[in-house]
Amino acid sequence: MTTASPPPAALGTQPKPAKRAQKRGQKSSWSGWLFIGPFMAVFALVFLAPIAYSIYLSFFRNQLVGGNGFVGLANYAQVLQDSQFWSSLIRVVLFLAVQVPVMLLIAMLVALALDSGRLYGKSFFRISIFLPYAVPAVVASLMWGFMYGTRFGLVGNINEALGTNIPNPLNPDLILASIGNIVTWEFIGYNMLIFYSALSVIPKSLYEAAEIDGASQFRLVTAIKLPAIRGAMVVAAIFSVIGSFQLFNEPAILQSLAPNSISTYFTPNLYAYSLSFSGQQYNYSATVAIVMGIITMVIAYAVQLRGMRKEG
Amino acid sequence: MSVAVEPTRPRSDKLTTRPGYVRMKSSRRSVDTPRRSVLLTVLTGIVLVYSLVPLVWLVINSSKTQESLFSSFGLWFSGDFALFSNIGDTVTYDDGIFGRWFLNTVLYVVAGAGGATFLAVLGGYALAKFTFPGKKAVFAVVLGAVAVPGTALAVPTFLMFSQMGLTNTPWAVIIPSLISPFGLYLMWTFASEAIPTELLESARMDGAGEFRTFFQISLPLLGPGIVTVLLFTMVATWNNYFLPLIMLKDPDWYPLTLGLNAWNNQASTAGGEAIFNLVITGSLLTIIPLIAAFLLLQRFWQSGLSAGAVKE
Repeated sequence: MTTASPPPAALGTQPKPAKRAQKRGQKSSWSGWLFIGPFMAVFALVFLAPIAYSIYLSFFRNQLVGGNGFVGLANYAQVLQDSQFWSSLIRVVLFLAVQVPVMLLIAMLVALALDSGRLYGKSFFRISIFLPYAVPAVVASLMWGFMYGTRFGLVGNINEALGTNIPNPLNPDLILASIGNIVTWEFIGYNMLIFYSALSVIPKSLYEAAEIDGASQFRLVTAIKLPAIRGAMVVAAIFSVIGSFQLFNEPAILQSLAPNSISTYFTPNLYAYSLSFSGQQYNYSATVAIVMGIITMVIAYAVQLRGMRKEG
Repeated sequence: MSVAVEPTRPRSDKLTTRPGYVRMKSSRRSVDTPRRSVLLTVLTGIVLVYSLVPLVWLVINSSKTQESLFSSFGLWFSGDFALFSNIGDTVTYDDGIFGRWFLNTVLYVVAGAGGATFLAVLGGYALAKFTFPGKKAVFAVVLGAVAVPGTALAVPTFLMFSQMGLTNTPWAVIIPSLISPFGLYLMWTFASEAIPTELLESARMDGAGEFRTFFQISLPLLGPGIVTVLLFTMVATWNNYFLPLIMLKDPDWYPLTLGLNAWNNQASTAGGEAIFNLVITGSLLTIIPLIAAFLLLQRFWQSGLSAGAVKE
């Protein structure tokens, strides 16, 4: 949703290849580094070095008197007392609590419908529902922003035509829901595809056995399909949690269409961005970003633990 | 994710030509031929309409002049059919800056997504098929780093790059795009499924070097996985907004996403000319290449996903 890279995967949930190789007695050798080396070199430059640099930055502060000085954990203490930071964090948590379940539920229902083989025009459904994923967040936000708008938007049209009084989706009360709708629209198809791919590799012999036992379609779903794709659900949930915490593009772009509804600290990411690029407070911005990174990691890890425990 | 399902899905199955696609169809038929359901089709149709309406809106409204944008109903054609004159205006406005943005985007996609795919293929192959010292550390580091929010990296990356004199050059956009943890994850799972370890072992016995084994034996087997990773990294770089936003000041280096947003913001700046018809037409032109790529390469990426990526 907002990062420079695509949704990060839950790496490490599947460490089976290593084990298998070891079982076969393949001995450890440095030749693997010929292949992983280039990735790790660039990774060190664009991930590790910046992270190390942000941690370094977070311990300093640019003061009017004395210039750049070491301040220990003072920046962190300031973040924890910063009401703007907390309000942005609470906003994304609220967003996460509503948007992610709705999106994943719809994606799951569509995937199950596709997998049931009972749809007319199945591949048309699959590709069409996936298409919004290929639309850039900028275009999606502009499109929906225009449609929301009361000037030449659909909401204005409907109000005029039917004499109704639907409130402006871009007003401060509704803006979070409106952004939730944009993100849902962008990612239903992506999550649907994750679920559908997982469903399509369930061994069909399981269905045959269940049918011989007289299981209904509903039982088939609850007893076989859903448990079998738990791993995919955990992966999708982790992607979505990380994406929500990093929410940036949609609010940043809608800001010009709805300047009164979206503050500079609307989401933690937007806050960190405004701090450094409008406020030049690089040290404090780095601290906000690190705190958010830690919170994101803890929550993503908790989702993973919870998902895996149920599986076992 | 469970590991125990291996024996039920014979690995050899995956190695027949383009496995995912064929397998899904044939096995579904053999289990049962479910009755098509009109009700289910209609219900899923709601999600389909939701997914397609904004795209339809975009197509319809890119055929309107700016005046009729404001005066007509959003979901139907109105006034002169101005699609072609809009396209003409879009590509010629401001001395054809749109064309420049398009070429910039192509550059970022070819270098960024191409490079990211290359690194991910090599790295995923190493993780899937080699045991090497430090492999666990590689997992831990990549896993930990992906949860860090974009801004945590953005600010320090920006500062680092500006010290290296790279900001405001294409390198600032291309280099960070080279790392795709999601691509690495996809290639890792795909390579561990698609390449039989025995094949590699016998190639090594015959005295083939690691690179020769990779290019002549492994690479051809990785085809669908490579297309999949390429498509997803293409989406990520084509749609990238945040990274170029912080790195680039000069509009001559903007990608399409940044350019479109600049055009949209133009209306709200003092003395700026509102060009909403060009924003809408430009948005349409921006999404067409990616949608075309997804439609044309459908069977490759869908089999790439179901054969490896997010399966149990």
